[in-house]
Amino acid sequence: MIADLLANPAESRLLGSGRLRGPMPWVMAIMTFVMVIIAAAGLALAGAAELSASAAQSRYSVEIANGSGRQAEAAERLRQVVGIRTVRPVADSEMRAMLERWLGSSGSADIPLPALIDVELAPDADPVAVAAAVARSFPGAELRAHGEALAPLVAALRSLALLAVVLVLLVAAATAAAVVLATLGALTAHRATIDVMHGVGATDQQIARLFQRRIAVDALAGGLGGALLAALVLTITAATLGEWTAGFGGARLLDRSDLSLLAALPLLAALLATLVARAAVLRALGERL
Amino acid sequence: MSTIVEFDRVGLRYGVGAEILCDLDFRLSRGAFYFLTGPSGAGKTSLLKLLYLAQRPTRGRISLFNTDLADLPRSAFPALRRRIGVIYQDFRLIGHLSAFDNVALPLRIAGAREEDVDGPVREMLAWVGLSDRSSARPATLSGGEQQRVAIARAVIARPELLVADEPTGNVDAEMAKRILYLLGALNRLGTTIVIATHDLSLVAATPGAHLMRLDRGALVDPTGALRHPPTREARQ
Repeated sequence: MIADLLANPAESRLLGSGRLRGPMPWVMAIMTFVMVIIAAAGLALAGAAELSASAAQSRYSVEIANGSGRQAEAAERLRQVVGIRTVRPVADSEMRAMLERWLGSSGSADIPLPALIDVELAPDADPVAVAAAVARSFPGAELRAHGEALAPLVAALRSLALLAVVLVLLVAAATAAAVVLATLGALTAHRATIDVMHGVGATDQQIARLFQRRIAVDALAGGLGGALLAALVLTITAATLGEWTAGFGGARLLDRSDLSLLAALPLLAALLATLVARAAVLRALGERL
Repeated sequence: MSTIVEFDRVGLRYGVGAEILCDLDFRLSRGAFYFLTGPSGAGKTSLLKLLYLAQRPTRGRISLFNTDLADLPRSAFPALRRRIGVIYQDFRLIGHLSAFDNVALPLRIAGAREEDVDGPVREMLAWVGLSDRSSARPATLSGGEQQRVAIARAVIARPELLVADEPTGNVDAEMAKRILYLLGALNRLGTTIVIATHDLSLVAATPGAHLMRLDRGALVDPTGALRHPPTREARQ
């Protein structure tokens, strides 16, 4: 297969010079740039969804309606509940500061607040059993999972990540279509050469090898250019998002495997272009004698 | 002498037009020398296209190298084409390749190693008197030089069948005589030669050659040599 993709110098002279002169490298650069940006966004969204879900997995709050003033007592009782690892009473000032973001300082001052206590469950704790124990330990106490509140957000992030996958596939399909058009154009441009080659006994595979090599070199050059530009844009974007990602506990939205996948995209795009070009040439030649 | 080409009631038409060739029925002997003549539009080039496998007949049967082409898959054609040399009327040299690379093309297509290409190509260029123009592009060569490059390319792989369309059409009388001598030498090495030409002086200058005449797509074979080819001994 690799030998099939390559041509020796004498073979490569058959199509003349022309590398990087046609639209192919530019098309590949643009397509790869778009593909890498979309893929990076998709992977970051998927990463954010996973980080959010895992961060919320063991985080719960105990809410006691009209429990203001009894927070310390409730916290003490919760520490005795089997399955609860840590207990942190949320101060009134903290809750009011949160409300002020939406209601303003005057609006939030008069609102009666529940007693709110953040708890973290032990890894092997059964949330249902703990919820029952919490309700028994203090009248009116309710255990609420952070994951429930974040579920719509996590679902939205996962949907957007899936949408990114679809978009990457669509860009790949558009790239393949562009490659087919470019290849058929090249076939037309080199028709006289192909006729002579056929006349002296060249097989379709020999002719296809010339074109797929040309497309592979152009696609790789364009793809690497597009990927480098995308990497630059992503680096700048990541720098500006640094503060925002701190909300995920400093965890990176793109891990090493994500970056490897992004780095492989221009190579995959070039391989796709090469295979598509080969198929297009063989199909076109198959219609001739 | 064995048969190298056999046409059996072969007809050819392009699209829905009238038949260009009709009921061609003949055999060519291996190692013989044939001239194909006839007025312009008689179908000479179309007949040659059938011979060098650039066209399939619309009816009838063609056998080449004892292989019936009727049911032959196109994947089998390259191997047959490598046994045929073609000199096109318009040369069909690849413009961006040097004379050397144009002549080397059949050897490289056949998979020859580069070290096995250089010697034969230089020898062939010397044979057609173009040793000093090996690196020249076709556009910088004269018509006669281009024709000789085309001839060198056609014969470099020592084909069993050589098909030439007006091979002396663009050269002076002296060069025409020289080309005919080269083709005669190739014929003596065993290659079957078919030359389409208007120049009957070539026929006269080639003793022992057979004459095929096409007229309005039909083959005239007054001597019967095509249907019943004489043996080499009889011709001598």
